Amino acid sequence: MSNDLGKTAPLLETQSLSLSIAGRKICTELSLRVPAGQCLGILGQNGTGKTTLLHTLMNLRSPDSGDIILGDKPLKTWDPKSLAQQLGILFQNTHDIMPATVLETALIGRHPHLADWQWETKTDLALAQQALEEVGIAELANREIASLSGGERQRLAIATLLTQEPRLFLLDEPGNHLDIAFALRSLQLLRAHIERRQCALIMATHDINLAARYCEQILLLYGEGKFALGRCADVLTAQNLSRAYDCEIREFEIEKGRSVFFPA
Amino acid sequence: MIQRRHIVLLLSLLALTLVSFLISFSSGSASLGFGEVISQLFAPEPGLEQQILYELRIPRSIAAFVTGAMLAMSGVIMQVLLRNPLADPYILGISGGSAVAALSAILLGFSGLWISNAAFIGALLAIFIVFGLAQSGRNWTATRLLLTGVVMSAGWGAIINVLLTTSANNSVYSMLFWLMGDLSQSRAGIFNTAFLVIAFALLMYYARALNVLSRGDMQAAALGVNVSRLRLLLYLASSVLTACAVSIAGTIGFVGLVIPHMLRLLGARDHRFLIPSAFLLGGSFLMIADSFARTVIAPTQLPVGVVTAIIGVPVFLIILRHSSNRLRE
Repeated sequence: MSNDLGKTAPLLETQSLSLSIAGRKICTELSLRVPAGQCLGILGQNGTGKTTLLHTLMNLRSPDSGDIILGDKPLKTWDPKSLAQQLGILFQNTHDIMPATVLETALIGRHPHLADWQWETKTDLALAQQALEEVGIAELANREIASLSGGERQRLAIATLLTQEPRLFLLDEPGNHLDIAFALRSLQLLRAHIERRQCALIMATHDINLAARYCEQILLLYGEGKFALGRCADVLTAQNLSRAYDCEIREFEIEKGRSVFFPA
Repeated sequence: MIQRRHIVLLLSLLALTLVSFLISFSSGSASLGFGEVISQLFAPEPGLEQQILYELRIPRSIAAFVTGAMLAMSGVIMQVLLRNPLADPYILGISGGSAVAALSAILLGFSGLWISNAAFIGALLAIFIVFGLAQSGRNWTATRLLLTGVVMSAGWGAIINVLLTTSANNSVYSMLFWLMGDLSQSRAGIFNTAFLVIAFALLMYYARALNVLSRGDMQAAALGVNVSRLRLLLYLASSVLTACAVSIAGTIGFVGLVIPHMLRLLGARDHRFLIPSAFLLGGSFLMIADSFARTVIAPTQLPVGVVTAIIGVPVFLIILRHSSNRLRE
């Protein structure tokens, strides 16, 4: 993993970002940079505002103060359609009430790339089919989404995001409903994708070890606006984590330079 | 994505529409065969039959088609907006408001166009009240709107009952016909027809965005849809469509609830197909129902709203059963 934080132009940057929800502070004066080809993990206890922070980075809500810069201009100045070509998000929960097939759902990801009145082309269809293949549900393409298991739905949501082809992936609990093997596989997949395409990824997760494995940078939210931000090895320490989760967490080195964390 | 089954469905619906127009033109107290209808339409010598066709049958058929198309499209939009499969064009109390106004007009001795105008104004009033009440801060949520609408409907229902129980017998008869939906005096009119065309074009423009919106507001916003603007626009389009429909023919039930579901079960989920399909099927369904309404126990005419349910319930149940069998396979 590279050490060039801050050297290349970042894909996304926040400058003195302060954010609160319902009077509770999530972060104060947060300045982070996410360069192309890298992952940032957001960790913190339940209710510390990981999801709210992601939604703010997605321009779905406004910060109290500070700036968010995507590419070369402030996030606010992007028009919604171009923004959706740059930013894609995996939501924590999906509620599917209206019927649709798996393939139709994945194709929704092409919406920001199509002009008014334009129909999906063969290329769009191929992209969606490839994404379904990558997450291993290609054979479900014509199934009703109502008949999918929780894990299959999560894979479909990841496939929809891949079909969208954003430059910055925002993931809210990517491991939700997935077994250990598939959680790792999907992160590997996304990781390879962002390195190949020079995209970037920000994920909010409860899984410390998943974040430790795939992220260059970690933002650890302590609550009340305090946080630790830095390289993975610097932030993920037993001491920091115990403080963040208010519970004693121990570090076990399983091989040289790679640790796992468990509650004591 | 254009699929063969979509094309087949649309072409079948187009054929159904043409057949429904013919059925509608030929049925009535003076029965005409399909061949007679066609020859009379273009007959050089105007006779009684041609006069019946042009002055009675055709305007009534068009009124039925326009009303059905409006209700079905309005139902499609309401179900997406409220993300509730039980939503129909009347769920926010539009029918209640228009009924109170129309029944009051009947009670005061007005007839014809005055009742239509009263129904339209009542519907608009109901929309304004619901939106005004449901607003909290700058935006409204679907749940809040739905709750406000359902409660308002109950209120309108109470007023309707007061009007029904306190009116003289002969006006109660007209009131009941109006409430069940009746096309016997109906004319679509230029304004309604023009609005139907405009609304159709508008909905087709936003059809792909509707696909995204039906996956949820957050997902739609994340995919670049301006959700609050689109929702407002769709609520207005759906409400005005409903207001026009009730002003033409009273509160015809069933069409707006069931036609969208029927089409979804038949495989039209993509709104770029669902909207034109609803337009055609809603229109033809109401024309056929109206043909039955005026012939089943002729010369007495049934209110068309009764027939929509009598035909629609078994048809819908058959499609539902058929499609759930297919899903299980």
